[in-house]
Amino acid sequence: IDLIISTLNMSKIGYFYTDCLVPMVGNNPYATAEENSTELSINTEVYSLPSRKLVALQLRSIFIKYKSKPFCEKLLSWVKSSSFARVIVLSSSHSYHRNDLQLRSTPFRYLLTPSMQKSVQNKIKSLNWEEMEKSPCIPEINDSEFCIRIPGGGITKALYDESCSKEIQMAVLLKFVSEGDNIPDALGLVEYLNEWLQIIKPCSDEPTASALRWKIPSSWRLLFGSGLPPALF
Amino acid sequence: MAATFFGEVVKAPCRAGTEDEEEEEGRRETPEDREVRRQLARKREVRLLRRQTKTSLEVSLLEKYPCSKFIIAIGNNAVAFLSSFVMNSGVWEEVGCAKLWNEWCRTTDTIHLSPTEAFCVFYHLKSSPSVFLCQCSCYVAEDQQYQWLEKVFGSCPRKNMQITILTCRHVTDYKTSESTGCLPSPFLKALKTQNFRDPVCCSLLEQPNIVHDLPAAVLSYCQVWKIPAVLYLCYTDVMKLDLITVEAFKPILSSRSLKGLVKNVPQSTETLKKLMTTNEIQSNIYT
Repeated sequence: IDLIISTLNMSKIGYFYTDCLVPMVGNNPYATAEENSTELSINTEVYSLPSRKLVALQLRSIFIKYKSKPFCEKLLSWVKSSSFARVIVLSSSHSYHRNDLQLRSTPFRYLLTPSMQKSVQNKIKSLNWEEMEKSPCIPEINDSEFCIRIPGGGITKALYDESCSKEIQMAVLLKFVSEGDNIPDALGLVEYLNEWLQIIKPCSDEPTASALRWKIPSSWRLLFGSGLPPALF
Repeated sequence: MAATFFGEVVKAPCRAGTEDEEEEEGRRETPEDREVRRQLARKREVRLLRRQTKTSLEVSLLEKYPCSKFIIAIGNNAVAFLSSFVMNSGVWEEVGCAKLWNEWCRTTDTIHLSPTEAFCVFYHLKSSPSVFLCQCSCYVAEDQQYQWLEKVFGSCPRKNMQITILTCRHVTDYKTSESTGCLPSPFLKALKTQNFRDPVCCSLLEQPNIVHDLPAAVLSYCQVWKIPAVLYLCYTDVMKLDLITVEAFKPILSSRSLKGLVKNVPQSTETLKKLMTTNEIQSNIYT
């Protein structure tokens, strides 16, 4: 989402202010110059690009204990009352939970709610994407029922389930990832989304060129801490 | 899970959060579990009391009293700064006290607060009662920060007031391309809301640095509700009460936030030194 907001230079239009996420503040994470670096940002902000009829909600901190469910309810209630045509959730799942088949295939998966399936099924089929497989609901039990599980996906499954029952047009796009430097995963996921939405002109041949087409925000600097003390060497 | 260099397998904190566990907990929760959770939530509630009358405040603090200026010190160094330089320069009357319990701040579960448990006290200036001050030396946990905001600011935010927050962070939290060992700590950084128009007394906090906890909660609230607010953050390598750290806040004395509230700086510096000595004796581990 940072890559989308930064590359498309989306404007901040508001805040999704709740008591569900850990508070945090900092200066403009997408600053490009001295002049635009001093606008304060908080943990949940809404950005838009009217020319593309695109709105992005960025969540920058984790949920406070027991608040993830109330957050899902508030979010979907806002989605419904704002009459968004479609919702796309970008997510991830622990790569170490993959089964043998998943280990050998692409790390990207998608999920569509029934109402979304009706409108975009053909387009998704033409992209040759892999749908998220069902897995045993209770892995330890042999004859357990199969259901959609997204370990490490946070509120993704809850949002998906609620949207199914509320008939919200929602798509989930996710990648199997590991802990660590997730910058390449972010670039991969945004390229995956771009195959469908064509946010920026797609470039099918050069995978390395993708990193250059998306604008890395200034806030991604020093992801792993400050510089090293020279005395160490 | 992660394997360490020494061959142990440890549960590493996961940036995906713990929602999966929470969901499973919810499914397996019995009525007894729910009751325990309810009781724990009640124990962790933030309450505003009037110590003089031993009663709770029925409405939020700023709904009860009009406020034009609110200075909040969070952490013992910021509290010592306001004690020595601001509270000594005028007559301040206590208007309320926040009572809260968490793993770091263990108050007893009674309606009263003993003087040693008064970690978060609110005052107003007798000569100008719309000027408020909060001395908060306890840690307000994640699940209590929004409650604190509600009990203090209430649900009807006022725009015609100005908030100033003072706090400290450890210098190793500061991200810079140089090593943090090379930084001239303690040093001051500021963050301000969009509606804060006055000049700030130091440079602004650069990305990718961010602020958490109660200072972030207050500043977020002010940004969303368009209240002019400024946070002065002192990065220091000494988190306990320390003279040099407290004195690093001195540039704020000339700001409009503290205008008219500071009278005698040399006398205040003496008071501060006495405060340090008293605390040093108390912290002697051999007594």
